[in-house]
Amino acid sequence: MKYQCRRRVDKEDEMTCLIKGCNFVLKNIPHEAFVYAKHADSEFRFQTTNPDIFPYLLVNIGSGVSIVKVESEDKFERIGGSSIGGGTFWGLGALLTKTKRFDELLQLASKGQHASVDMLVKDIYGGSYGYLGLTGDLIASSFGKSATADKDFSKEDMAKSLLHMISNDIGQLACLYAKLHNLSRVYFGGFFIRGHPVTMHTITYSINFFTKGEVQALFLRHEGYLGTIGAFLKGAEEDNPNQYSWGENYAGSSGLMSVSPDMNPMQRARSGTFPFDMLEMDRLERQLVNLPLLQDPSSYIPDTVDLTEDALAREYWLYCFEEALDGVVKRAVASQPDMPEAALRAEKFRQKYRHKLQTLRQQPFAYGSLTVRSLLDTREHCLNEFNFPDPYSKIKQRENDIALKYYQKAVKSLDELSWEEKQFALVRGVLAGNVFDWGAKAVSDVLESDPEFGFEEAKRQLEERPWLVDSYDQWLERLKGPPHKCALFFVDNSGVDIILGVMPFVRELLSRGTEVVLASNSGPALNDVTNGELQILTERIAAMDPVIEAGLREDRLLLVQSGSSSPCLDLSRLDKVLAMVVRERQTDLVIIEGMGRAIHTNYYAMLSCESLKMAVIKNSWLADRLGGKLFSVVFKYEVPAGKPNKDCGAFSPS
Amino acid sequence: MAFNGHQRDDDDIIDENETPSKQPRSDKEMPVHFRNEPNSESATTAGRATSDRRTSQSATRHRHDSVKKTRPPFPWFGMDIGGTLVKLVYFEPKDITAEEEQEEVENLKSIRRYLTSNTAYGKTGIRDVHLELQDLTLCGRKGNLHFIRFPTHDLPAFLQMGRDKHFSSLHTTLCATGGGAYKFESDFRMMADLELHKLDELDCLIRGVLYLDSVMSSGPSECYYFENPADPDHCVQKPCTLENPYPLLLVNIGSGVSILAVYSENNYKRVTGTSLGGGTFLGLCCLLTGCSTFEEALEMASQGESTRVDKLVRDIYGGDYERFGLPGWAVASSFGNMMSKDKRESVSKEDLARATLVTITNNIGSITRMCALNENIETVLFVGNFLRVNTLSMKLLAYAMDYWSKGQLKALFLRHEGYFGAVGALLELLHPS
Repeated sequence: MKYQCRRRVDKEDEMTCLIKGCNFVLKNIPHEAFVYAKHADSEFRFQTTNPDIFPYLLVNIGSGVSIVKVESEDKFERIGGSSIGGGTFWGLGALLTKTKRFDELLQLASKGQHASVDMLVKDIYGGSYGYLGLTGDLIASSFGKSATADKDFSKEDMAKSLLHMISNDIGQLACLYAKLHNLSRVYFGGFFIRGHPVTMHTITYSINFFTKGEVQALFLRHEGYLGTIGAFLKGAEEDNPNQYSWGENYAGSSGLMSVSPDMNPMQRARSGTFPFDMLEMDRLERQLVNLPLLQDPSSYIPDTVDLTEDALAREYWLYCFEEALDGVVKRAVASQPDMPEAALRAEKFRQKYRHKLQTLRQQPFAYGSLTVRSLLDTREHCLNEFNFPDPYSKIKQRENDIALKYYQKAVKSLDELSWEEKQFALVRGVLAGNVFDWGAKAVSDVLESDPEFGFEEAKRQLEERPWLVDSYDQWLERLKGPPHKCALFFVDNSGVDIILGVMPFVRELLSRGTEVVLASNSGPALNDVTNGELQILTERIAAMDPVIEAGLREDRLLLVQSGSSSPCLDLSRLDKVLAMVVRERQTDLVIIEGMGRAIHTNYYAMLSCESLKMAVIKNSWLADRLGGKLFSVVFKYEVPAGKPNKDCGAFSPS
Repeated sequence: MAFNGHQRDDDDIIDENETPSKQPRSDKEMPVHFRNEPNSESATTAGRATSDRRTSQSATRHRHDSVKKTRPPFPWFGMDIGGTLVKLVYFEPKDITAEEEQEEVENLKSIRRYLTSNTAYGKTGIRDVHLELQDLTLCGRKGNLHFIRFPTHDLPAFLQMGRDKHFSSLHTTLCATGGGAYKFESDFRMMADLELHKLDELDCLIRGVLYLDSVMSSGPSECYYFENPADPDHCVQKPCTLENPYPLLLVNIGSGVSILAVYSENNYKRVTGTSLGGGTFLGLCCLLTGCSTFEEALEMASQGESTRVDKLVRDIYGGDYERFGLPGWAVASSFGNMMSKDKRESVSKEDLARATLVTITNNIGSITRMCALNENIETVLFVGNFLRVNTLSMKLLAYAMDYWSKGQLKALFLRHEGYFGAVGALLELLHPS
């Protein structure tokens, strides 16, 4: 379900809607809040979402300033304000510079030198005021020089001086209120702030100065929508919106900074959307919650690399996704052979996604932290928008059919092995199966040129032990011990992966007396197996395999949807039912398979039970970066501190 | 202390204004060796009040001599060189004996005559005659304290004058505070051959405030407040004293603003400051209206209407914003109406000057109020030259403190608005701390 919020609200409700909207985005949108640091490598430092958002101070800078203390969902109070706000900057700025538009004023300000208009401490002291620790560059008197010096001042300089004066003043008042009410989280919003780096910078500077770094100025990516989101939620109150979870739709949202005056005016003109900025939120049908087995949910960050901070990795991945675009378009068209307009839609998809990639190249922070996950998710959202909900559905079916034919033979050959040989073969099977992945570029090249590429071939491609990350010995030792109570297995691809790799492994766990919960995607993403598909597949396997059949019948093998439709995995946003099952079954082992879920995300995820992360690195750049080569293996078995078997999962130099 | 030197009758004032070069009045020309000596104890209490010409006549010659020994030679100046104005206080001894008169070097005499016989110096120097404190006893000498100001950018002319009058030959110590004491130290040395004794401006400010308040025990009170600040028709100035003033929030509004929490004479801290001060008011007024002096800007402001420039709460909500207790008359956005082109074209310079004054004043008011809350202080003392002849701002501040604190906060003002730093510097000359 999609809602686009563009509603007008009456004045009396304004504040209520604003706060409702603010609470909503802080709770529901990952990387909503950020700290702005103009001169840092990454200008935007996104804050991880903390479920505990209260209390906070919201400083809304419209034409005036309102300072609101928010204590809970329904409890907030306007504790103060100031008449010196955005209207003062605009009104006074227009008088001083004869410049009419707010954006133009900001642009003037960004080019000006305030020191020619302001009286600085050094203008009075000749240097710093050492006794009080006031440095010479501090502004002693805003516009102080225009009172004494008889000369003309440039528009740019006056606009800059005005911007400093107003930002400093607001920052100072915000700090005084924060101190009085003992609050450390201060969010800034309103049209004065709205994606304008100049004002964010001056406000941040002011807050740092007045609190000596004790309070950080926080900004919101969707600050401009708070009122309308709030109004929508208010309207939908009977519907109890808190029972659902929400996700940002990257395809529909225009992203941060798109209204900023000095950011990409070219791009803004091209996109033709200015001045309408968009946020699209998908209401997810089910409620999403933390995996109960996360060691510390508040510090959990799904993504392994933040591409906003890692310029080299960002370059590569943006290039990689752009390169892969032709193939994705081709497959999208091929997936709908009976629809003549599919080619046109696919072309529109190509344009949209390419534009998103270009935007991200310029503004990596446009949708919060940029990660491989967000790039993948954006592509899925864009495909959906142009009605390609599942471009791989036919491929997945064909792959499944081929693999199923081979299932019994594979199981039989495994059963012929000794116990120890079998354990190793099972692990190699999961890894080899995972090589079959249309999502990874190296593999999709091979698969498309040689459809006969088979399971045995994949095994031969695998790196020999010792693997790049290799804790297999510890895993084997563990298997000699008592069986696990219940294993939660996050599965990856359809076809050979799930059928010939995962299922035999699951079968062995069941035989050992371990219950197994297979968690698969709720909706399609690449060639990942969805929960719906897995239901059918498992039935078909059960018909051939008494162990699987018994597992299903005795309720020791469960198929549960993860709540996600992404090729990656965010363990803080999982289907509530899954979390419940995990708790009920006293899950003591979590297995995560594949690059998307175990390397791009969750590589560093700390769990409170044993965990096994298995993946084949099917990207030579990434392999290189991790010190391995193409088809290097990551086998990371971890036991939380305090339990026997120490962490064995560090990358070993190879 | 029954009687203080500053007291004058109306005749005196008229007299002064009409004949600025008048000779000292006869009663002050009496030899004073044997009358009215402060005891040396009070003279060393860090500048506390020492003036009382009816004190016991029993002060001995001996004690007088001991004071004389520690007493610096004339002339006695205290100087505060701010960002916009230089404030100068000059003690004019009125108890000069014939003997002294004989010994007095010509330079000293000429400086004294020049300063006391004029009320304006050069194009921009002004003596605030109405602030003069007469019959003051300082360090065992009786005389008048004069208050003089001139723009900081005319300091070179002042130094030139010092050079011309061979000021340096007097071997006096020139106690100076304010940023200019640091900035212009080398100019004093190079241009006028004068060594400055540099002093911290906040130390001087507090010392000056406490001294002038204590010295005024009768006559027009140094300290006053506004009664009924909410009612323009009944808002009147009322005298008061700074007895038991601590803790005190001292707000000094010069070019910029400093806010100090004062717990005792020697215990204070600078809480915060803001760059939106008197310099901002005048600077913006100059840019917006083309005026060039503070007096002009104030005059315009007094004739303008800020509500044409500012957006009020009622302009947005049609009335009060009751849910948040905001009255309709409150300013929602300073200069907010100026976002519209039509309204920009319909306002007068006077309106703009008024809006600038109201904006700056209210902002100082709200920062002050927040500091008072954070520091848990209920008495606020506003000083600084921004308040000079600026009743508009003082009443606004008095009202803002009263209204927004629901009567908890009391705003106090002092007659010698911007001169406390200079007075503090003079006290440092006489009684080094």
